[in-house]
Amino acid sequence: MGGAKGEKPKLILENGLRHDGRRPDELRPIKMQVGVLKNANGSAYVEFGKTRVIAAVYGPREAQPKHIAIPYRAVLRCRYHMAPFSTDDRKSPAPTRREIELSKVIREALEPVVLTEMFPRAAIDVFIEVISADGGTRTTSLTAASLALADAGIPMKDLVAAVAVGKVDGVLVLDIDQVEDNFGEADMPVAAAPALGEITLLQLNGVLTREEFEEALDLALKGIEQIYRMQKETLKKKYLEVEVEV
Amino acid sequence: MPGTVKVGQRELVAPGDLIAEGDFKILSPSTIYKVGRKYYSAVVGLVQYDESNNTLKIIPLEGYYYPQPEDIVVGVIRSVGLTSWEVDIRAPFPGILYASDFLGRPINPAREELTDYLDVGDVIVAKIEVFDRTRDPLLSTKGKGLGKVTKGAIVEINPAKVPRVIGKKGSMQSTLENETGCKLVVGRNGRIVIDCPNRDLKDILVLAIRKIEREAHIPGLTDRIKEFIAKEKVRRGLIGGRS
Repeated sequence: MGGAKGEKPKLILENGLRHDGRRPDELRPIKMQVGVLKNANGSAYVEFGKTRVIAAVYGPREAQPKHIAIPYRAVLRCRYHMAPFSTDDRKSPAPTRREIELSKVIREALEPVVLTEMFPRAAIDVFIEVISADGGTRTTSLTAASLALADAGIPMKDLVAAVAVGKVDGVLVLDIDQVEDNFGEADMPVAAAPALGEITLLQLNGVLTREEFEEALDLALKGIEQIYRMQKETLKKKYLEVEVEV
Repeated sequence: MPGTVKVGQRELVAPGDLIAEGDFKILSPSTIYKVGRKYYSAVVGLVQYDESNNTLKIIPLEGYYYPQPEDIVVGVIRSVGLTSWEVDIRAPFPGILYASDFLGRPINPAREELTDYLDVGDVIVAKIEVFDRTRDPLLSTKGKGLGKVTKGAIVEINPAKVPRVIGKKGSMQSTLENETGCKLVVGRNGRIVIDCPNRDLKDILVLAIRKIEREAHIPGLTDRIKEFIAKEKVRRGLIGGRS
């Protein structure tokens, strides 16, 4: 978001580290929590560095309006939205082209894992709100949405974890942030369901050679593996933390 | 042996976790899915298996209500039609209750209004008579304990925790009833109608139900609830004892 403004900073320092001190294959500090919203059936908060996202899941519930219902499965509806205060310059709260497209892309990345056939004629709603944007909001949103679906108890084949790989100053780096996205040469968000062995989202903005692409995909899948483990820990932690009080 | 279980008894699992490999009988089809000979969890839940007769089960910890015939549910009237009511049963579908079923006689919509019997917001205890994937659940109020609810309060809990509130063969429910003197109607859809002798007992019961919901996955629940109710009674001065 925001496009490139000002002078291009040095993205890879002399010591091989990135502008924020990370190694090329290092994720940003990640925080995850489920059950953050009381009124939703399931919810999650996920933080990748300065990118912060809340996801809420409602349903399975009756599909409204009725004509959108599908006779043999549930409709999955997804809304990705950036809060007006999430970016440097205020963002109009009206859904932009970009947000509408990302909503669709996120929905299509979740559909392969959600067992929608179990709820004919019903609807499952996923609301994703970006509270603070610093690059990688679609991958963070996807990670949060899949946690929120699991927290709602909706049967899923697997969790979806996502991360972006970028090419900055000629180096492939994992989990790129806003600055690296603005001044880098390529950005490739990837989402996968590791236990299922399926990639559910793969986009590429910029230019990579064939070899670079394969290397980038490997790097992304390694990052996804780490995020996936954290997601599972987060889901289990909610119950392991309950103290027996007498 | 026809297969191996990869997790411990009562282990906490998340979606995508491998549970077992081989041939098993699945007792909870909505929480387990199978790819080839591998069984995976589809929900956050606790695994239960029995190796002597090769059964697998996952008890979900989060959930929704999905209607099943013969379920007892607590519903709220949502809209009134000419010959039927539409009932909110906290499911992805509206429950349909026919006036002829509720009144036990045919009705003439030209002569009487259904709002005279049940109006929007009224609470009923009903049984799911018929339900399948193709049609909305049909409710019935014919039977003991079914019909309009005229007094009491409603507590809503997560539908996944309903079996804990009822307990094995109704043990938890009778504990709650005996210890507090309240009457409970537990709807499978996570709505509980409670009818209590006084305010203090009602508060204790609600707190106890919330505690069950919170600690459902930790063993020894019935004893903890008994102790909790006793302590609360002492604290409120309902019975004497060491405080």
